[in-house]
Amino acid sequence: MATADIHVEEHVHHDDHGHDHEHHDNFWTKYIFTQDHKVIAKQFLITGIFWALLGGMLSVIFRLQLGFPGMELEWLRPILGKWITPEGKLDPEFYLALVTMHGTIMVFFVLTAGLSGTFSNFLIPLQIGARDMASGFMNMLSYWFFFISSVIMFVSLFLETGPAAGGWVIYPPLSALPQAISGSQMGMTLWLIAMALFIVSTLLGGINYITTVINMRTNGMSFARLPLTIWAFFLTAIIGLLSFPVLFSAALLLIFDRSFGTSFYLSDIYIGGEALPNQGGSPILFQHLFWFLGHPEVYIVLLPALGITSEVIATNARKPIFGYKAMVGSMLFIAILSFIVWAHHMFVTGMNPFLGSIFMLLTLIIAVPSAVKVFNYLTTLWQGDIRFTPGMLFSIGLVSFFISGGLTGIFLGNSAIDIQLHDTYFVVAHFHLVMGSASFFGMMAGIYHWFPKMFGRMIDAKLGYLHFWLTFIGVYMVFFPMHYIGIAGFPRRYYSFTNFDAFNSFTDLNSFISIAAVVTMGAQFIFLFNFFYSMFRGRKATANPWRSNTLEWTTPVNPGHGNWPGEIPTVYRWPYDYSKPGAKEDFIPQTVPYSETPESNLPHENELVKLEAEGSDEAIVVDEPKS
Amino acid sequence: MFNLVLGIGIILVLFILFMLFRIGTMVSIIRKKKDEDESKGSDSLNGALFLIFLIVGFTLFFWYSYTYFDDYTQPVASEHGVLTDRLFWITMGVTGVVFIITNILLFYFSFAYQHKEGRKAKFYPDNTKLELMWTVVPAIVLSVLVFTGLQAWNDITSEASADAEVVEIMGYQFAWGVRYPGVKDNALGDYHYQLIDASNQFGMDLTDDNAYDDFMPREIHIPKGKEILFKIRARDVLHSVYAPHFRLKMDAVPGMPTHFKFTATKTTEEMRAELNNPDFNYEIACAEVCGRGHFSMKMIVVVEEQEAFEKWKAEQVPWLRLNAEYLDRVPEDKKELAMIKAGIETDQKQTLEASL
Repeated sequence: MATADIHVEEHVHHDDHGHDHEHHDNFWTKYIFTQDHKVIAKQFLITGIFWALLGGMLSVIFRLQLGFPGMELEWLRPILGKWITPEGKLDPEFYLALVTMHGTIMVFFVLTAGLSGTFSNFLIPLQIGARDMASGFMNMLSYWFFFISSVIMFVSLFLETGPAAGGWVIYPPLSALPQAISGSQMGMTLWLIAMALFIVSTLLGGINYITTVINMRTNGMSFARLPLTIWAFFLTAIIGLLSFPVLFSAALLLIFDRSFGTSFYLSDIYIGGEALPNQGGSPILFQHLFWFLGHPEVYIVLLPALGITSEVIATNARKPIFGYKAMVGSMLFIAILSFIVWAHHMFVTGMNPFLGSIFMLLTLIIAVPSAVKVFNYLTTLWQGDIRFTPGMLFSIGLVSFFISGGLTGIFLGNSAIDIQLHDTYFVVAHFHLVMGSASFFGMMAGIYHWFPKMFGRMIDAKLGYLHFWLTFIGVYMVFFPMHYIGIAGFPRRYYSFTNFDAFNSFTDLNSFISIAAVVTMGAQFIFLFNFFYSMFRGRKATANPWRSNTLEWTTPVNPGHGNWPGEIPTVYRWPYDYSKPGAKEDFIPQTVPYSETPESNLPHENELVKLEAEGSDEAIVVDEPKS
Repeated sequence: MFNLVLGIGIILVLFILFMLFRIGTMVSIIRKKKDEDESKGSDSLNGALFLIFLIVGFTLFFWYSYTYFDDYTQPVASEHGVLTDRLFWITMGVTGVVFIITNILLFYFSFAYQHKEGRKAKFYPDNTKLELMWTVVPAIVLSVLVFTGLQAWNDITSEASADAEVVEIMGYQFAWGVRYPGVKDNALGDYHYQLIDASNQFGMDLTDDNAYDDFMPREIHIPKGKEILFKIRARDVLHSVYAPHFRLKMDAVPGMPTHFKFTATKTTEEMRAELNNPDFNYEIACAEVCGRGHFSMKMIVVVEEQEAFEKWKAEQVPWLRLNAEYLDRVPEDKKELAMIKAGIETDQKQTLEASL
């Protein structure tokens, strides 16, 4: 009963809140320092798109180097300045900076903040039936910490000594010693500061998401009736809350080692003609701490994409998602396992081989829930009535990447096989498909699917198709050939391969990949045009353009702060009653009580009709004294 | 001038594309009134494209995998490498089947169940038996893979035998250093990083008897068919010893020595004959990003028959003999021993030897 009271109070509070603001919203409070979760979501989205473009551009530059090693890059001098050597080549150290920043930007700023930040913010209140997040203020802080972090990271790109260049995993001692690489000077300091702020942002957001999902679900929205998107965001936030602080501590100790002479990660180092005094530290310690976040991070990136896909596939196949409980269960299982597999990134770091055996075992277990998810997606498509909206195309693409990239994980999780494949292009192919591209496609599916709700207009479908096909084929053309290069043993983060006879082949395949990468990157401008054009000039959207069941489509086309103008709707059923036998339409929104659909109710649902009546009585009783 | 023309050209092309898009939108608005109709043509188009993608994609996949097999597989030259390669291809077989089946289902379903007038989706929310099956079957298959992998892993990482040929490899920015225990004592001398200087790259501790006959060649030589133990360390940042043909990879960590044992199965000459490439050499590369010269840390490994290896080893000159000035650092009471082990010729040497 206590929870019910809090529930109601929150609603009342938010009602007032909404009214308060409608009168004196100015530009600053409405678009900049806003506390409306929908606007904050859009802020995350726009910032994420900016970072995605930048991260993509960086990758194109280093792909030019890899695909066409002898290429004259003099024309890049206006942008890159002294990073183009006098001979017109890319500076090898800047090459490392490019791959480092590409990784950092894509993993954290695009696929964590841009994906989770956008869709957790946008969808959690809308899909669970809440006026806003539990704390609008914290939510606002979350964005602005991210913004400051972004600014610092962006500034680091323009330092004279260059941005961080030790790989996105920033393993010390390379990242700790300014004399080891110029990127480990100011660039690394800014990297660490930016990431510390980023973690603060993620934690502020995560606490909010968790609290909101637990406390602010509307009447009838039990956990068993949550859309899979919300389950995914919820679990993602929990993973983030438990793992990001560990990265924070890792970064903090690294800051100490860099600036205050401690020796957490440093020992027995002779560099630049002198022996450093540091002794007793361990670089392996950093790797453990880093990957304790680093591996869950993979799922922080992936789970929201899978959640979005579940929703989009069910809606557009006009079928209930197959095995709702198994989907939730597998996500839960993945979330738990994600914490105890981190050392599979470290099989050949010299850690105790026995540890390697344990982590290999745990790692391969995680393939089971992933397989269940794939089979469930396939069964959802089977005998469906599939509408190929752009969102649906991207979701199908995601499933394909998830399969192709996921299977190669079985090689890498096997420590014996990993000896050869570790840090080769096989790994690059693996994680770009399963984590990078799959999550990116999840994000795109989300943008196309919820565009009408975000901006009240439809995004152009034809351009969406073009964008999808170019990107889908492009991504496979970029990353599939990398498997061959990886099996051949080519190491990653190599500026060029000409020094080794063993790697002195595949110039043609590398050129092919680079061309594919440029084309794929180019295709993103179609999206960019479509996105901004449709925002202002797109066809006006209807309230429920995809004929979907979830709550967000019961709001007005352009919901204001507070989301629903009147009462928050009550939920009576799960979100996946698509194509129910006997029903008039091929969808029954969550707000339709079983008592109104006797023709389609299943036997056990008819039992619920009685409870519904009681439930609504109770709601009235609770509401009356408060309002 | 050229840039200006190029810029104007690009703007023009973009403008034309934009106009085409506008015209297309206008036409579709005039032609179709209802939203429903709009997806009609696109459904069949996208469905067909998925099927085409599936067929073309798989064709390319099979064609390339078959035709270029020899190009993307590195020849293997170590005992455990044969084992891990076999595991790799077993895993490839298992996952390959899953890859093909699931992708076929995905794209075929997308094609076959695309929206058509009058189609109604099947309401099929769950099937416990089916779900149980595809939880248990992958679990069993994975258990088998884990079990075989574990066996191999345990063998590879087990203790090296006592008579293994020891080679020390040290990574530094940006090259590898190699140190062999000398033929006299067959043991590596102690080292300490604070003793490192321009000549004493390994930081050898000259108070240790075993250091005097250690030598540092420019190439690694190892015998075929005998167990080799690489003792690996790093001087500045992380590196990773990576010998692709031996399927060998192990990080070099400052402050934490690591090791990797293996047995080479083909001499350099045999490999040259096999590959029909007279210039072939086994190489060691760096696999952990270590800075500007990461991509150029090459070390040649020469694999030869046992006798040839012994001969080569005996010919090598101990480091101390090449750097005789370091004799000053040898404690007084060990000087004679050091000179003998290092093979330093002096007038006194004969008499000393006699007295010993």
